[in-house]
Amino acid sequence: MARRLVGFHVLRGMGVTLKTFCETYPWGRAVLRVLRIPSTNGLVTIEYPEVKQQHSERFRYFPFLVYDGTPDDLRCVACKICEQECPPQCIHIVMEKDAQGRPVKVHGRTLPAQFDIDMSICMSCRICVDVCPFDAIEMDNAYELSASDRFEHMLFDKQRLLKSNEYFQQIKPTEASEVDQRLAAKQKKTAAPAQAQPASAAPSSPPAAPPGAGPAAPPTGRTPGPQPTGPPRAPQSPPPGA
Amino acid sequence: MSSLDQLFVEVTRSLVSRLPPWLAPWASMLATIGAIAAAAPVIMMYLTWLERKLIARMQNRLGPNRVGLYGLLQPIADGVKMFIKEDIVPRGADRLLHLLAPIVAVAPVILLFAVLPFGRNMVGADLHVGLLYFLALGSITSYAIFMGGWASRSKFSMLGAMRTVAQIISYEVPGVLSVVAVIMVTGTLSLVGIVEAQADHWFLFTPWGFVAGAIFFMSGIAEVNRTPFDMPEAESELVGGFHTEYSGMKFALWYMAEFLEAFAICAFTTTLFLGGWQGPPIPFWILAALLALLVGTAKSLALPARGLGVLALVALGGLYARQPIPSWIWFFAKTYVLVFVLVWLRGTFPRLRIDQLMGFAWKFLLPMALVTILAAGLWSLMPFPYGTVLAVLILAASYAVLVRWNRPASLSPRTYVLAD
Repeated sequence: MARRLVGFHVLRGMGVTLKTFCETYPWGRAVLRVLRIPSTNGLVTIEYPEVKQQHSERFRYFPFLVYDGTPDDLRCVACKICEQECPPQCIHIVMEKDAQGRPVKVHGRTLPAQFDIDMSICMSCRICVDVCPFDAIEMDNAYELSASDRFEHMLFDKQRLLKSNEYFQQIKPTEASEVDQRLAAKQKKTAAPAQAQPASAAPSSPPAAPPGAGPAAPPTGRTPGPQPTGPPRAPQSPPPGA
Repeated sequence: MSSLDQLFVEVTRSLVSRLPPWLAPWASMLATIGAIAAAAPVIMMYLTWLERKLIARMQNRLGPNRVGLYGLLQPIADGVKMFIKEDIVPRGADRLLHLLAPIVAVAPVILLFAVLPFGRNMVGADLHVGLLYFLALGSITSYAIFMGGWASRSKFSMLGAMRTVAQIISYEVPGVLSVVAVIMVTGTLSLVGIVEAQADHWFLFTPWGFVAGAIFFMSGIAEVNRTPFDMPEAESELVGGFHTEYSGMKFALWYMAEFLEAFAICAFTTTLFLGGWQGPPIPFWILAALLALLVGTAKSLALPARGLGVLALVALGGLYARQPIPSWIWFFAKTYVLVFVLVWLRGTFPRLRIDQLMGFAWKFLLPMALVTILAAGLWSLMPFPYGTVLAVLILAASYAVLVRWNRPASLSPRTYVLAD
């Protein structure tokens, strides 16, 4: 009977807004509970600068360069695959070379002299991470990168892109452990032939081992594996500058 | 300071009595004018804040809360923004009328408050024809809106202005007719007299008063162009309606006129139907205790501020414990309840179509308002139970008949010959 009266649905509509209004206040929720009206916590707003949204582990925004142990121990060998694959072409890499134009090797690897990513162009697609054969570049989840100066602050150079593997493990534990396992497996596969090799190769690898293992070992506690990644990796890397 | 009810009256009187006698009447007048002129912008500013807060909560949002505590400084920030904005007048516009229109809109709305009884003995000017004064000044806005719309030389403004004029003229008729019942019963046009006539029973609780109050309030909403009757400034159709071409302080004046008129409609509905400043004799300490509870549990306030507020309220409640809640608090409380209803309606209903809008005024509200006059006559002239019962019956019957007559023609389902 009441439903057929003109105006009933008008009042019911007003009831809906009033309920929504009450749901956003603690006292309102208490009243609704007393009246046995099912209610939810009406406020869904996250007050951003004070409260931050909980992102999933896979949330990504901008790439960074991973180093093991010390910042000079980059995984990147300046192979330029990411530079070529980057859809908006925001990566710029220059390999470190000596006066004669030959690639310089540190820890048994070539390394970039310059590694710039333009944040204002990057589209967060993660293709650079997918194509990197050395797991040298990963996605960061820091997203508060706005700045007033486009060229000073949005152009990230090598120094600003460098972040440690521990940081990676901290922000994305699952992905980082996968990467670590993959690297360790690769290590084992390449280390075995290296040990089996004749003695001529042997003297060259032990001297390289201590500097790499020294700084990396104490703080990390990451996948043990043979730390001196230099020589075993070399055969896998594509010819620099190819 | 002995009576909380007459606080403002006594303060003014004691200030004026210190002046030389030839100056006293002028000073008394100036005090009233100054109080109203100062209160109007403040009321308007905090009405915008209140509306934004309430509507946000109805939409599961928080509303302004960045500028100051609870966003209380937001209206001031908005005011500063309006002040420093560029004042743009379209090429080919009538510059004088373009400037004049918002002023013509605001002035009568502020003047409305002169006859409003804010509390016992608190009225700017108790005119014998206060109600007539209200009706006359209330309709000046339509001139201002048409002036602004025409002077802008923009089709959106013009269309909005034309809609406004059609709407305001239509809704004025049932609005005025619903007031006739009040005049009949009270026998006075003075607003103070009307409030005093409601000492035993507010008109809202009489059968005719309930209907007439609803009609008056609805026509009021339509006259101030608020949702669901906001055709003149339908954002989705007309950009901004009559104020499309306004910016800066002129735009702010339009807003001020609109919000003040909305407040005035609520205040006059309170005065005419909700008993004005009359209220049941509830002791003041209850209100003070409630406020103290509210302040004490406010999470956003700092602890010392909360303690201080609670202490002050408890002291105030103790000091005036025996007195009833002051009349001006009753008046503002009722008015703000109606403001809440206004915002509530805006948060609930979509905009009406123009034909629905006109049909609602002419085919439903107008006959209903005429019936309330009959019902009021029966109620006041016949002995108690018969008059009331008869009034209820007549109102209910005419409501049912009007709804039946206004039911939209239901078409039989179409059949398409070629579709089969």
